[in-house]
Amino acid sequence: MKRWIPWIVALVALGWAASKIVPPSEKGMAASEFGRLPVVFNGRVQPFDSIARNSLMQIRNRQSLPDDASKGTNASKGTMEATPWLLELVFKPDIADTRRVFRIDHPDVKALLGLPLDADPAKGDDGKYYSWSRLEATFPKLREQVAPAQKKESTTRTTFEQAVIKVNNAIGLYLRLQNTVQPMRTTNFAGELAAYQASIKPGVEAFKARMGNAAFDTNALARLLGFAQRYLAMDGMEAPLILAPDQRLKEGDGWLRMGDALLQASIPAPLFKHIVGEKPLPPEEVDRLMETVGTLPLHPGIARFAAISEAYRAGDAAAFNRSVSEYRALLERPFAMELAKATRETAFHRTEPFYSALVLYVAAFLLACAFWTGFSETVRRTAWFLVVVAFAIHNAGLVTRMLLEGRPPVTNLYSSAIFIGWGAVGLGLLLEHFWKNAIGLAVGSLLGFASLVIAHMLSLSGDTMEMMRAVLDTNFWLATHVTIVTLGYAATYVAGFLAIFYVVLGVFTPVLDEKVGRSLTRMVYGIICFATLFSFTGTVLGGIWADQSWGRFWGWDPKENGALMIVLWNALVLHARLGGLVRERGLNLAAVGGNIVTAWSWFGTNMLGVGLHAYGFTDAAFLGLLGFVAFNLAIIGLGLMPTSTWRSVRARGKATTVTGGKTAPAPAV
Amino acid sequence: MHDAREASRVVEMLPRFVKALSSLRLTVVVLACGIVLVFLGTLAQEPMGLYLVQERFFKSFFVDQIAFSAAIRKASHLVFINLDPLPPEAYEAHPRIPVFPGGYLIGAVLLANLLAAHISRLRLSWNKTGILLTHAGIVLMILGQVFTDLMSNESMLSFSEGETRAYSEHVDRFELVFARDVPGSERELVVALPAALLANGSEVRRDPLPFTVRVQRMHPNAKPRQRAPMVDTNREPAATQGVGRKAILDPLPLVRDMDHRNVPGAVVELVGPKGSMGTWMVWGQLSGPQEVEVGGETWRMELRPERLYNPFTLTLLKINHEVYRGTEIPRNFQSRVRIDNPGTGEHREVDIYMNNPLRYGGLTFYQNQMNKEVLGPFSGLQVVRNPSWLTPYVSTAMVFGGMLLHFLIMLAGFVSKSAAGRSGTTPAGATASKKRNLPV
Repeated sequence: MKRWIPWIVALVALGWAASKIVPPSEKGMAASEFGRLPVVFNGRVQPFDSIARNSLMQIRNRQSLPDDASKGTNASKGTMEATPWLLELVFKPDIADTRRVFRIDHPDVKALLGLPLDADPAKGDDGKYYSWSRLEATFPKLREQVAPAQKKESTTRTTFEQAVIKVNNAIGLYLRLQNTVQPMRTTNFAGELAAYQASIKPGVEAFKARMGNAAFDTNALARLLGFAQRYLAMDGMEAPLILAPDQRLKEGDGWLRMGDALLQASIPAPLFKHIVGEKPLPPEEVDRLMETVGTLPLHPGIARFAAISEAYRAGDAAAFNRSVSEYRALLERPFAMELAKATRETAFHRTEPFYSALVLYVAAFLLACAFWTGFSETVRRTAWFLVVVAFAIHNAGLVTRMLLEGRPPVTNLYSSAIFIGWGAVGLGLLLEHFWKNAIGLAVGSLLGFASLVIAHMLSLSGDTMEMMRAVLDTNFWLATHVTIVTLGYAATYVAGFLAIFYVVLGVFTPVLDEKVGRSLTRMVYGIICFATLFSFTGTVLGGIWADQSWGRFWGWDPKENGALMIVLWNALVLHARLGGLVRERGLNLAAVGGNIVTAWSWFGTNMLGVGLHAYGFTDAAFLGLLGFVAFNLAIIGLGLMPTSTWRSVRARGKATTVTGGKTAPAPAV
Repeated sequence: MHDAREASRVVEMLPRFVKALSSLRLTVVVLACGIVLVFLGTLAQEPMGLYLVQERFFKSFFVDQIAFSAAIRKASHLVFINLDPLPPEAYEAHPRIPVFPGGYLIGAVLLANLLAAHISRLRLSWNKTGILLTHAGIVLMILGQVFTDLMSNESMLSFSEGETRAYSEHVDRFELVFARDVPGSERELVVALPAALLANGSEVRRDPLPFTVRVQRMHPNAKPRQRAPMVDTNREPAATQGVGRKAILDPLPLVRDMDHRNVPGAVVELVGPKGSMGTWMVWGQLSGPQEVEVGGETWRMELRPERLYNPFTLTLLKINHEVYRGTEIPRNFQSRVRIDNPGTGEHREVDIYMNNPLRYGGLTFYQNQMNKEVLGPFSGLQVVRNPSWLTPYVSTAMVFGGMLLHFLIMLAGFVSKSAAGRSGTTPAGATASKKRNLPV
């Protein structure tokens, strides 16, 4: 029976994680069907579902919200998922505006906006989340603060200014989303569309006559321009591009925003912007656009979205589902790839592989610790199986991300965290395979957990699959330099955390006897060798990339310097060991120091506000970094205590110290 | 007698010196200094700017007390102490006292240490080949960087669509140029005075210029503006001739960050055979030359970036500036360029874009800037001459190969040892006592 426990636990874990692939059954309106329709946002094709999740993440720091008044039509009881929220935001803004979706923490910003500082259950305030109806009145006060804050360099902004900008961006995104499908706060889009279509023919005739200085029908023109102005304002909000290129047009202009598509049927947006003086065009371009005025048919998708809008507002689930599938059918043939990608991305987000892996890492870590306190080998084997399952899920998530993006694993800070975790768990499993003492499992699962938590924090800033700027747009260098240097980070962390275990086990427990100490140290040494190879190669490949892009092999950019410091640190540790300057304890303490150097390179260098690699940071991240550095310094300090105070040394009952002459001289390498 | 004893003492000390020089202790100390130097250099970058940091931390033998202080002041911000940064002019101040080893010293000692160790200590053997290869690669890498520092230069080539250029321009070096037509020839006669010669109050005379140049004012960074006669009543115009008659030249503080350039400006007096001809204002970014008539000759005067001429021309045919749909994120900058080389008879078209530079005639051309909106289709190429550009590639391959070889040799030893260890005892885990679950 004992033999089967690890297998059973692993299967249950796998089944739990895999069960999330199956979409939940929906009665009534199939919001998830709408959610997996493809659109273009942030320069890439993605499903509505991703826009909804990422936006809610930026606005509310969560991917869902409590459905307090059960105002939603088809939310599961208690919580409202992202896509139903987006549907409501777009089609029933009157209700959506009362939902508390804006997370505001800074006390001065709350004071500025006249919000209560603390939770007040009597009034239904939780002191954290606020609705748009609540913010709208005081929004102008926020705007006054935004302009001066935006003028400052991002690194010199105060926390108040950062908070002001963050809230402003959240509101901007909220309003932008409201303009995605129909002009914001439209109550009868289908009706409006019919009126607009009716106004096009007379309006365009009047417009042409007016432009040709002939007599024209003032009313017809005014009616059309009224619509046009409304749609231009909508287009200016930079909402997602929801309409796929119209197949009937020879020269498709790519994906369109709703406002743009509406204007295309009467006065194209660029021409209208030229006429109202927003963005002047050269005369030949004006002539070309004048030819197209009133000649293009209305995009077929518009009517479908109007039908979806009408059905949603009426609460007619059957009509809603029918309209959504009609729109899907429209895309079926020409955009099969986009549809498939959107469906896959939706499934990926619903499955949350990294969250499942994170939970399993915690379980495995606890089991590994339990094993040391005296539980049986079965416990260790169960932990091993759990880490293997979690690693497989982590791996599946990583590969899915790569397939969705069409990129190597690391493209930004978020994915570097995912990948560092992956590399660390892989190394931990490798160590466990050789030593079978649960240390590899403990270090691997701890680092896997920590890096996925960091990744989650980083995902709060928005889309994690953003497009790559021109200079970074090269899969070859992303696959080589970035991947290898990130594995170097992962290895340095593994060595550092093994060394932390060495110190903690040595000082506080009796388990670090000579054999354990020696085997731990050998692990640390082996991993540092691996880290040296990877960090050196990765760093220099970065130099070669820079030589290819800018003609400078080495530019002393902060991120380059950070990577160089890891290389130098690892080289220093290896040479110090070789020269006998450090023995067992010294090597471990030096490896703990490697944690600090790596943390500096990974996060610290992004916080200096200079250099090509700087991607911005938040105060919380900086405090986290300082805390991590302090923790490692404390471990080093602990390790420097006389070995006579170490519990493990006292337990040996002898006066030999950990660093004493007992350890074999370092092999000559 | 005395000298001989002295000499013998030196000979006695030599082995000790070699031993110290080749010691691993020295390696560790130098590497530690390297880490601290890189860290300080990173911190100083925000206050001092990249170029000054390179000069004072990495491309020097010592870090002086001013640069050191700049780094420490920045470091204080990391622990919320917030010392004020030094004022910008303080970085140029003297005297400069060495307080920490700089990049050149660290590199030199590391090199000496490495070579001494190999000569005196490390013997050749098969399982040391990896180390040998790694160290040889590091030597090559350090030497390659020294060569790059000494021999490479960077310049910019900017042109609009349809324009042809036979030269690139220095980024931060300017020259005052006088040119006149040569009758009966298409060429022009050019006299160029490097801006470094034009110190405040200096006087320069060069044949065949028919006048002496007296520098009244010279600012390494300056910006002219239109003089408003009603407002600027207490400010005289910058010069008595040319565009300076209606302008004021304001000196600006030197800038050091990568995004801004210093553009020099000067007021010069030209003194001909008949005495002073008046003063002119020149500035590094005026739209064109100013003309001076002397004895029937028309000289064109211009302060412009120093030019590096090539034996071939590049013509910008077309630029392509793409952004991701619905965003401002740049997707691709690409220049279609024609090379015409009369010397070799080459005429061909190439594309230069991000991560795909053009290597031609010992130079490398990188896509650097692009602008479509403001000045019409315009492209800026960074031009780099670096004869040792290949060394990083070779040395990286050597170090990587060497380390990989060494670690594989070690891993093979480890695996065979642990396999032997395992077969000798009962399976791992089974030997562990109930209370101590940490078998080796």
